[in-house]
Amino acid sequence: MTVQTTFDRRTFLQAGGILAIGFSMSATAGANTLHAPKSVAKEAVDSWLTISPDNKVTIFVGKVDLGTGSRTALMQLAADELDVSFGRIEMVMGDTATTPDQWLTAANLTIFQGGGELRRAAASARRALVERAAQRLGVPAGDLTVEDGVVSVKADPNRKLSYGEVIGDGVKLDVDAKIELKKAPTYKVIGKSIRRVDIPAKVTGEFTYVHDVRVPGMLHARVIRPDDFGARIASVDDSAARQVGGFVQTVRKGDFLAVVARNEWAAIKAARAVRVTWTPGTGLPEQATVFETWRKLPVAKEEVTQNVGDAKAALDTSARRVKATYDFAVQTHATIGPSCAVADFQGGKLTVWTSSQATHSMQHELSSITGLPREAIRLVFIEGAGCYGRNGTEDAAADASLISTIISQPVRVQWSRADETARSPKSPPRTMDMEAGLDVQGNVVAWAGDFYIALNHIVAFKPLDFPLLAASETGLPKPGNWVGFLFQNSGQPYQFANVRVNTRHIAETFFRSSHLRSPGRIENSFANEAFMDELAAAANADPAEFRLRYLKDQRAIDVVQAAMKLAGWQARSGPNPNAGSGSVVTGRGISYLRYNNAITYVAAVAEVEVNKETGDIRVTRVCASHDCGEMVNPDGVANQVEGGVLQTVSRTLMESVTWDRSKVTSVDWASYPIMRHTQAPKVEIALIDRPGTPAWGAGEPTACAIPAAIANAVFDATGARMRSLPFTPDKVKAALAAAPPRRA
Amino acid sequence: MATFTLRVNGEARTVDVDPDTPLLYVLRDNLALKGPRFGCGLAQCGACTVHVNGEAVRSCVLPIEALKDGAVTTLEGLGTSAKPAKIQQAFIDEQAAQCGYCINGMIMTSAALLEKNKTPSESDIRAALADNLCRCGTHKRIVAAVKRAAAA
Repeated sequence: MTVQTTFDRRTFLQAGGILAIGFSMSATAGANTLHAPKSVAKEAVDSWLTISPDNKVTIFVGKVDLGTGSRTALMQLAADELDVSFGRIEMVMGDTATTPDQWLTAANLTIFQGGGELRRAAASARRALVERAAQRLGVPAGDLTVEDGVVSVKADPNRKLSYGEVIGDGVKLDVDAKIELKKAPTYKVIGKSIRRVDIPAKVTGEFTYVHDVRVPGMLHARVIRPDDFGARIASVDDSAARQVGGFVQTVRKGDFLAVVARNEWAAIKAARAVRVTWTPGTGLPEQATVFETWRKLPVAKEEVTQNVGDAKAALDTSARRVKATYDFAVQTHATIGPSCAVADFQGGKLTVWTSSQATHSMQHELSSITGLPREAIRLVFIEGAGCYGRNGTEDAAADASLISTIISQPVRVQWSRADETARSPKSPPRTMDMEAGLDVQGNVVAWAGDFYIALNHIVAFKPLDFPLLAASETGLPKPGNWVGFLFQNSGQPYQFANVRVNTRHIAETFFRSSHLRSPGRIENSFANEAFMDELAAAANADPAEFRLRYLKDQRAIDVVQAAMKLAGWQARSGPNPNAGSGSVVTGRGISYLRYNNAITYVAAVAEVEVNKETGDIRVTRVCASHDCGEMVNPDGVANQVEGGVLQTVSRTLMESVTWDRSKVTSVDWASYPIMRHTQAPKVEIALIDRPGTPAWGAGEPTACAIPAAIANAVFDATGARMRSLPFTPDKVKAALAAAPPRRA
Repeated sequence: MATFTLRVNGEARTVDVDPDTPLLYVLRDNLALKGPRFGCGLAQCGACTVHVNGEAVRSCVLPIEALKDGAVTTLEGLGTSAKPAKIQQAFIDEQAAQCGYCINGMIMTSAALLEKNKTPSESDIRAALADNLCRCGTHKRIVAAVKRAAAA
């Protein structure tokens, strides 16, 4: 086997004889070979793509594929804008030395923002190539056509030049930010369910994940960390570890402690053999009362996110007031493959192979940890297990970087299951107070929300300064909650006359906090859509029809009606009179939102069985409808919508980080269970395509619809309101006990 | 350290490792195989699944010294992207992966199921895969792929 030698950073492919737009560049290369550093300035076309004499196109994007299929979708966008076949395209993602900084792969922005930037660069290149071909062929550009990278004269197809021939010594070119893009129906591959380019290798063991990266001379390290939150090293005795065969050395800097060994198993055994005495930790709050504690913490600022009419006055004069408080648990990313990275520090330069969603940001974040200038640090993206936000990936990259910088040898760091489940960043807790007023006919006359959200320090399009473990352990405190735009979707989507939604930004969280899929939107949509259901019940209205009453946007109406149709929705006010008479009762619930109240529309109907004796909820079927505008790859959208449903059924029913007063106690799949195949509902989806409209993201919106759809279905089945997520059996039983008696 | 000779994907391979080294580390670190994956080291998630004498086993908790003369098959031993096995082709046809990290275990467990039960029902498939965890939410496609392979 030669896997170890194929990933040789020293084997830079040289530029010899290869021509490119405005820049002499390398040939294309497989995933295991580093490209020579090149232009990465966003405004320069050559930062985005190169074309070889044989018309191979290499696309360079700062966005990365986190397992969503975005690589394939971005290739489709480039192929159509360039007028080349899909098969001519190779793609390099997230390499800081060769790709432009498109900011984090996050916030549902890869297709809309990331794809939009790529399309404008590709379209700029196509226009320049056609203009140059026009000069060479002596005809007006308008007389030319392009087919798979070959420019020919429409009236005389034998007069033709390939892009590789046209390019000559290169074309110096900036991206035209206003260039006209291709539109439906002139697309050739956009809008088609092109099969994902990564799947054949993933199902045959040929795919190289970051966990498979091997560099010559590479050592293996494990970082030793305390169980108790905030504990520090009092003393270290590595004498037993030194007896482990393959042990190389212990590395310590402040409270950062690692063992390095010649192979991975030796690193694990040596890490177990190191005896560390830790100081007492800084403690954690009582979990049972976490939401009461959360709402009493110091608030850094308040912001009103929606203000229409006079909500207070309308509440005061309303015929009926409804109030409810919703909580959303601390959860974790629960990545299947614990985080991993390989770092190689040589000659003053650091190369890091990582599955980070934020390679460009990490240049900045690693600079302070390693003491190296940002320019000396290169991060190379290579796919890992799905991260769903900032999990332990960036920590592992920092661990490997710090160790390699200290010992000047290439180092692989593979986190353990407990590292990933217990020590990776967590979503912050959340509590939300809702109040509304109804008139005597059951119309909503006032809506008010008060959202206790974590203060966010992430700024769009700026690098993060995240409290990576290797930073804080080496005396570089990085204060702040790098959690994302948690206010989004606090405002509700309906046309009410009087609305006031306030957000209280809590200054500090209990754990290191980060963004977890659909950050803020999922919690806010849970509260808004569960509360909307409570209002429908108070108004004795069908919950779907009640929503439609207050929606004026036709696309919103369409997506709600699509979910209703798919589910076979039958209008009636809840709870379900035919829920069943035994211990297992059935119900259905609906939920709707528009992501960020600005882009993708989604609605979902969940069907549940609730066992009133055990408190178990079984989600039997979810019907989701989805309108993300023009779909680049419908099957890719479907995969994301299905994934958004299924992952969120898990988060809704069973997921909560657990802790005692000193440490996190959810450390593996037994203590942080996720949904199994035997628990997965049937999933049906309706995708609404809108050719000619902007293509929005599909990775995050669906998740936001699921918690409330399930809560509302439980109400329909039982008359009990689930207001604290996850909906574990004990909470179901408590809600059943608190529910008003069923109507006869 | 001790020398072990094991049969992997039909070939005899000799490795020099500590006897307590789990099979997973031998396959990945000594034999440079990429199909079996580290997920938990606790036999909880199934990402490391391989076949030993045709049975699906968790290679992360099987010490190499306990393998004895067991014949090991990994994901690579089923087929290649140029010539995928029926079960692998079914996963391609259903586009049954997102990040794909769990897929090794899904395929190896399903392949062992299909050896014993040529016509599994949906609930047979779900039960067989109950201890293989997927985080991306690809459950629907995975079950569809196993059904497709059974029908092929």
